[in-house]
Amino acid sequence: MNLKETELCLGLPGGAESVESPAKSGVGNKRGFSETVDLKLNLQSNKQGPVDLNVNGSPKEKTFLKDPSKPPAKAQVVGWPPVRNYRKNVMANQKSGEAEEAMSSGGGTVAFVKVSMDGAPYLRKVDLKMYKSYKDLSDALAKMFSSFTMGSYGAQGMIDFMNESKVMDLLNSSEYVPSYEDKDGDWMLVGDVPWPMFVESCKRLRIMKGSEAIGLGTFSFLFVSLSGSFFFPIMFLLLFHPIGFQLQERWRSSRTDHEQIKKQGQYALIFFFLVLL
Amino acid sequence: MTEEDSSAKMSEDVERYLKLNPPCSSSSSSSAVAFANKSGTFKSSSPPCPEHVLENVLESVLQFLTSRCDRNAVSLVCKSWYRVEAQTRFEVFIGNCYSLSPARLTHRFKGLRSIVLKGKPRFADFNLMPPNWGAQFAPWVVATAKAYPWLEKVHLKRMFVTDDDLALLADSFPGFKELTLVCCEGFGTSGIAVVANKCRQLKVLDLVESEVTDDEVDWISCFPEGESPLESLSFDCVESPINFNALEGLVVRSPFLKKLRTNRFVSLEELHRLMVRAPQLTSLGTGSFSPDNAPQGEQLPDYAAAFLACKSIVCLSGFREFRPEYLLAISPVCANLTSLNFSYANISPHMLNPIIRNCHNIRVFWALDSIRDEGLQAVAATCKELRELRIFPFDPREDSEGPVSGVGLQAISEGCRKLESILYFCQRMTNEAVTAMSENCPQLTVFRLCIMGRHRPDHVTGKPMDDGFGAIVKNCKKLTRLAVSGLLTDEAFSYIGEYGKLIRTLSVAFAGNSDKALRYVLEGCPKLQKLEIRDSPFGDAGLRSGMHRYCNMRFVWLSSCVLSLGGCRDVAQALPNVVVEVFGSDGDDDDDTVTGDYVETLYLYRSLDGPRKDAPKFVTIL
Repeated sequence: MNLKETELCLGLPGGAESVESPAKSGVGNKRGFSETVDLKLNLQSNKQGPVDLNVNGSPKEKTFLKDPSKPPAKAQVVGWPPVRNYRKNVMANQKSGEAEEAMSSGGGTVAFVKVSMDGAPYLRKVDLKMYKSYKDLSDALAKMFSSFTMGSYGAQGMIDFMNESKVMDLLNSSEYVPSYEDKDGDWMLVGDVPWPMFVESCKRLRIMKGSEAIGLGTFSFLFVSLSGSFFFPIMFLLLFHPIGFQLQERWRSSRTDHEQIKKQGQYALIFFFLVLL
Repeated sequence: MTEEDSSAKMSEDVERYLKLNPPCSSSSSSSAVAFANKSGTFKSSSPPCPEHVLENVLESVLQFLTSRCDRNAVSLVCKSWYRVEAQTRFEVFIGNCYSLSPARLTHRFKGLRSIVLKGKPRFADFNLMPPNWGAQFAPWVVATAKAYPWLEKVHLKRMFVTDDDLALLADSFPGFKELTLVCCEGFGTSGIAVVANKCRQLKVLDLVESEVTDDEVDWISCFPEGESPLESLSFDCVESPINFNALEGLVVRSPFLKKLRTNRFVSLEELHRLMVRAPQLTSLGTGSFSPDNAPQGEQLPDYAAAFLACKSIVCLSGFREFRPEYLLAISPVCANLTSLNFSYANISPHMLNPIIRNCHNIRVFWALDSIRDEGLQAVAATCKELRELRIFPFDPREDSEGPVSGVGLQAISEGCRKLESILYFCQRMTNEAVTAMSENCPQLTVFRLCIMGRHRPDHVTGKPMDDGFGAIVKNCKKLTRLAVSGLLTDEAFSYIGEYGKLIRTLSVAFAGNSDKALRYVLEGCPKLQKLEIRDSPFGDAGLRSGMHRYCNMRFVWLSSCVLSLGGCRDVAQALPNVVVEVFGSDGDDDDDTVTGDYVETLYLYRSLDGPRKDAPKFVTIL
């Protein structure tokens, strides 16, 4: 292991790379918590965090001082009620979480989904509404997970800082495959459906090793590339589709049993050939 | 020589000496005097001083004196006592980091092991203070690193702490044991990682309501291998995911771990695993309290069993993203609970009932107003030992629905007679309910009522809330902390001044009619230490009426009142030991920090070392 990489440093990992944030707070390179939460979430017009004080020109209510006995207009006043920013942020975060669950259709302003990556030690969360296309999402995921080595996470938790483009290549290559769980609980490959539909139906993301992705509907594409013909895929999909659903159901119930699914897929293929012949 | 012999010899020498010389005012350091030497040898070259005998005795006695008020009193007796006290003080409490310089601290106290430092005033929590105002930990850590290499404990509140500060701390104090950061900011997980890694004797690492930047460092893995002396680990405010396997490994090798507060990135399944590994826990922060995946059906971990196994749990908190269906899992520990914090959980009365029914021993209960008046009634019915109650608003806006009211407050007062401390957010209140509480709960020391609608009167009678708060100060004879709200006239303050003789902290917002109110308080409350006022019609006359008090107070905060620059300057000139800071609420103003004569915010505090040198441009020190 490279000693330099095991050295604890105080800066952000990856050196110059910094995760894009909506605005930099004036306090060193500290990112205020409000920036990690989508600013649109702020349900109160009382904005919190150092960034917001500069942005939000809240009325100072000087006029009311002249006549304190009359209640002033109900404009939001800074720092009232006296609830700490920390608590306000937590409650806002929770409310957005509830909104995410309550709203099934894309009417909500946020769509937070959990993202897990095989081999990474912990989950992240992304707001799908922040991205406009699969490419945006892929870039963001690459940035997010660029701090993990693929597969090997040292006992001391030392982080191997990876080249971002390498990660993107890996994500784009067949070695790592992003998959998602849709509303029905089925696991699908990312990229199958148009982006808006994906945002609405995706409940969580998983970046899995390519070898485990077989049987998710990849199989049909692999067969396509093997056969190299256009007619076969159409026929194949027509016949494979119901079986595909069956496979996915089985996959859901016994998630790790990929070998079984592979076999099922193979049997389906043989059946298909026989039908064709 | 035995001790008896040496003391006998000492008294002989004292008598002999006293005949020859009158008692001296000792100016030389006691260490130079061999007379105090326990072996009893008497050097004729340095004449013994009876004070030095006393100093020796005093040293032995003062070891047992831990209360800082007592120590402060001891240090005022005479110079000799001052010296001995300074040598034997191991813990110091600094309520305002700008009241003295670090150099003064290290000059006076030579043997400190523990430091408590508080920085910004409380109203900074509510965005009333621009960022970068100050309260940096840096000068303190630099000074103490040189002076006290044996330092063990640092407790900071509302200070600005950087990762570099934490690194210096970790490097400078090899025996460092306890780090507590409450409401601090300026650092991130990388600073925490350094502390975790280098402080090999770390027993306590508590991050409470602090802003911790996510530097994407796996700080949990940075704790050293092998058995850990950790007793308390709180990171519920860290808003970034953690390496759970490393946490589990750490918990397994921490046999002394009693307090563990996880953050919301720890799921219910993971919590279960931790509990199984650490059944000796007494205080548990449950993280999200929601499962990671949708329930699979058969293989659900038995959460109730895990709670049953943790027989020692007396304090529960967390529940950041809780799922109601799992709440009952905590039932096995309810009977033993002394502290329950539901204040981040949107719990309805229906959900609360089965839990609270069994919590007979609860002393501290924090919740959201989502429990409604019914929930408070349930608490009142069961929790007879309740000492502290805090009800926070689920929807902290002025005109939101008010699920709790005077009904709940009155119920609590009738059921929980031993109540000592209450913080209550509500939309509307009645004088009757507040008066009832004052009569039913004579043990109250802290009464903080926040009626969220500004200037709101008693919603039944339409009268101001003067009588209610008047009753509180009159009947609660032990009251030391008071926060008022609602429609209040000068009369309320006249009551406070007349009866609030023990009040140390007073918080006022949107209240009063005139300067008379401020005068009542400043003239009437002899123990007042901390006065924080916002948006009230108090001006220069009111400010002037407190001149005789400011040197004996920790601080006074007045924002959005009717103060003028001239009035503040008068105070600054009259009281050289008081630092008078004036600033606006925006940190932008570089040149015109004070537009015209109007003073947005006044913050004054006593200081031994004059105005601070690190004030930012937007602060004017008069």
